[in-house]
Amino acid sequence: MAYKILEKEEIAPSVHRTVIDAPDVAKAAKAGQFIILKIDEEGERIPLTIADFDPEKGTVTVIFQEMGKTTKQLGKLSAGDSLEDFVGPLGTPSDIRKLGTVILVGGGVGVAPIYPQAKAYKEAGNRVLTIIGARNKDLLILEAEMQEASSELFIATDDGSKGHHGFVTEIMKNILDSDEPVARVVIIGPPIMMKVGAGMAAPYDVEILVSLNSIMVDGTGMCGGCRVTVGGETKFTCVDGPEFDARQVDFGELMNRLSMYRDDEAKATEEYEHKCRCGLH
Amino acid sequence: MSEKTSEKKKTRTPMPEQPPEVRAGNFDEVALGYSKEDAIAEASRCLNCKEPKCVEGCPVNVDIPGFIKLICEEDFEGAIEKIKATNALPAICGRVCPQESQCEALCVLGKKSEPVAIGRLERFCADYEREKGVSAPGVPGSDIVEPTGRTVAVVGSGPAGLTAAADLAKLGHKVTIFESLHKTGGVLSYGIPEFRLPKEIVKQEVEYIKQLGVEIKPNYIIGRIKTLDQLCKEFDAVFLGTGAGLPRFMGIEGENLNGVYSANEFLTRVNLMKAYDPNYDTVVRRGKHVVVVGGGNVAMDSARSALRLGAEEVSVVYRRGEEEMPARREEIKHAKEEGVSLKLLANPTRILGDDKFNVKGIECIKMELGEPDASGRRSPVPMEGSEFIIDADVVIIAIGTSPNPIIFKGSEGLEQNRRGTVVAEDETGATSKCGVFAGGDVVTGAATVISAMGAGKKAAKAIDEYLKEK
Ligand SMILES: Cc1cc2nc3c(=O)[nH]c(=O)nc-3n(C[C@H](O)[C@H](O)[C@H](O)COP(=O)(O)OP(=O)(O)OC[C@H]3O[C@@H](n4cnc5c(N)ncnc54)[C@H](O)[C@@H]3O)c2cc1C
Ligand SMILES: Cc1cc2nc3c(=O)[nH]c(=O)nc-3n(C[C@H](O)[C@H](O)[C@H](O)COP(=O)(O)OP(=O)(O)OC[C@H]3O[C@@H](n4cnc5c(N)ncnc54)[C@H](O)[C@@H]3O)c2cc1C
Ligand code: SF4
Ligand code: SF4
Ligand code: FES
Repeated sequence: MAYKILEKEEIAPSVHRTVIDAPDVAKAAKAGQFIILKIDEEGERIPLTIADFDPEKGTVTVIFQEMGKTTKQLGKLSAGDSLEDFVGPLGTPSDIRKLGTVILVGGGVGVAPIYPQAKAYKEAGNRVLTIIGARNKDLLILEAEMQEASSELFIATDDGSKGHHGFVTEIMKNILDSDEPVARVVIIGPPIMMKVGAGMAAPYDVEILVSLNSIMVDGTGMCGGCRVTVGGETKFTCVDGPEFDARQVDFGELMNRLSMYRDDEAKATEEYEHKCRCGLH
Repeated sequence: MSEKTSEKKKTRTPMPEQPPEVRAGNFDEVALGYSKEDAIAEASRCLNCKEPKCVEGCPVNVDIPGFIKLICEEDFEGAIEKIKATNALPAICGRVCPQESQCEALCVLGKKSEPVAIGRLERFCADYEREKGVSAPGVPGSDIVEPTGRTVAVVGSGPAGLTAAADLAKLGHKVTIFESLHKTGGVLSYGIPEFRLPKEIVKQEVEYIKQLGVEIKPNYIIGRIKTLDQLCKEFDAVFLGTGAGLPRFMGIEGENLNGVYSANEFLTRVNLMKAYDPNYDTVVRRGKHVVVVGGGNVAMDSARSALRLGAEEVSVVYRRGEEEMPARREEIKHAKEEGVSLKLLANPTRILGDDKFNVKGIECIKMELGEPDASGRRSPVPMEGSEFIIDADVVIIAIGTSPNPIIFKGSEGLEQNRRGTVVAEDETGATSKCGVFAGGDVVTGAATVISAMGAGKKAAKAIDEYLKEK
């Protein structure tokens, strides 16, 4: 069984968009869900959010950032290549209903998971205020798509090269401070950004959701590797989440757990890059 | 009978094994298997009883005296044929069945001396066949069935699902297996380690099932891609063999520290994803001081795997005594020989971490056995103030599993009991949902390979009857 890559594009430095032929997954997918893929027999299983899906064409799009060995190797594949394993849709879909005004905040590659949500919230009749950000304008992804999918789009860059000079969370706070009543804020990005953003939104009378990125193996509730503490209880991110009430999440534990294999990962990446440089790959 | 032969008949022919100090450093199979001579010598111990008790102890009623007699006659092909008439996976059962509490427990020889080594003989026959490359369909008539035009979905590719699929395919039904992982075999692939059950054997059994015309769809989660209700619409009948794969944790302080694994995660990384093989990208924390909590096969497998990954010290913490450990006797013996130490009558109270969120130790309390409870088992009670700490950089929790609830998403009318298992009739596997049958760990909770197979077999028969009437 192989899952063919149909399209592949580097949409920002080290950020890739890959469209995969996976009709069963495409048919069942909903916003907020993810897949797990494995490149080859020896590969690692890594989770990636479903950034888009087309049930008719039978395709699933993922957008990923090169982090370590697996994402770098994935970045080297191109249209026509195949993945050995591709499983999904995983996770509980986002609870999307008509709520009124919803703020979606995406940072870095976290912008990708926001996209299907923007579409779905808008389709459900919400006013969707999307805030996307990156370190600089070259790293900003999906601007045109977001413009189309949102009622209003706000942009922030750390260096001010585009839009607001500063963090996405600052724009979020400005909106929360304004007269517009907001029902829900969804924040997706690096854990530290979700933690800070959730902290800023916490004093307001608004529901705050975050999508957690714990380390996973199976994605079906079988290993418990993805466990997080939410509201003092242990939850499995892959089945109980990935979205949780941000006020209840123990972000410190999440970040600690994400560092579990840091040394092994650094070594694997180094070896992989060394092999690549020597032309062994 | 001369004195010498009767003496010889008292004890079993020993199983050739890798020496403990060697095998503790590799993932190759521990038990090397009988030679022809060993097999014949052991087979000749069997009394060929008229009313063989041993057969009653076997959940699938293998004709034990029948196949053993054929071994004595050196008709090994006949012997494997005989086993396969009721047991589709003899290479696996011969290796992992808890024989001491099943077939061998009831062997008459066991009363006065040692029972016949039935499992080892079964394994010998299966290995003989495999090495000779005899292709599998050994069941009479298997190649002449007419397709019935009926379709059956089997969910889960563990022993229950594989057995049900094989039997249904032999009856001419079109079977599709849906498996959520990327590899087939269930616990046989992700749980039981290579050194106890080489994955090549599992692969061959799966190949055999494919040869029977069964289609296998890996990476396919029922409850996510399709619901059980959808399967019921698309297929004439459904068999659920989804096992008991949801790990239990203890709910004690420090359980989410880095370095604390469920046995499922640890074994999946090591077995399914071969973390011990440098060619694989899989990471796993290789501890120096590893503590495993639990007393079953899962705990033994975790402990012995940790040892093979290079741990200096591996302890198994279990709250009762050695006698009460549910693991196969052979696994406990092997683990001890390899250097695993048993910390009995002890129960974890909390896990201790350092400032970097890594495990550094586990605190346990000593237990004593109290009065027998309703079931007659003496339950352990903590001895106040007896806490002690074991240094550990990896802790593996192997205290049991329950059925994974994903399958219940979108399954109208499937009755479950309190423990999360599916309610199914003993003899048929029929559930409360029309056309849906279930068997194996999803019904019983964590049990054995052979009981899961037995359930798959019974369900296949019942499904066949259901399809005839439908
Ligand atoms: C539900 C979910 C959705 C995700 N969606 C996206 C996405 O849409 N785009 C994207 O770029 N990234 C996403 N991630 C993160 C992505 O899975 C990791 O970047 C990837 O696994 C890194 O693997 P690597 O081998 O390249 O890097 P490594 O060097 O192995 O790891 C880099 C970092 O990634 C994390 N990581 C490593 N292995 C895993 C694993 N098996 N599961 C989860 N995290 C891991 C760790 O924090 C690690 O420090 C998602 C993660 C989760 C859990
Ligand atoms: C480490 C370990 C060691 C063991 N040692 C022994 C031993 O020595 N002897 C012995 O007799 N028994 C042993 N057992 C127990 C034995 O392996 C199990 O009782 C047996 O495998 C149960 O078989 P099963 O077919 O019911 O389920 P499983 O083997 O658990 O297979 C179930 C399959 O269903 C799949 N699945 C689950 N949900 C879904 C879904 N929603 N959609 C699609 N697929 C799904 C799973 O991925 C899995 O592959 C051991 C168990 C473990 C964990
Ligand atoms: S299948 Fe298991 S219980 Fe039955 S005879 Fe073989 S080893 Fe014994
Ligand atoms: S009970 Fe023992 S001696 Fe009798 S037939 Fe069975 S294996 Fe042979
Ligand atoms: S990834 Fe294994 S339980 Fe969540």
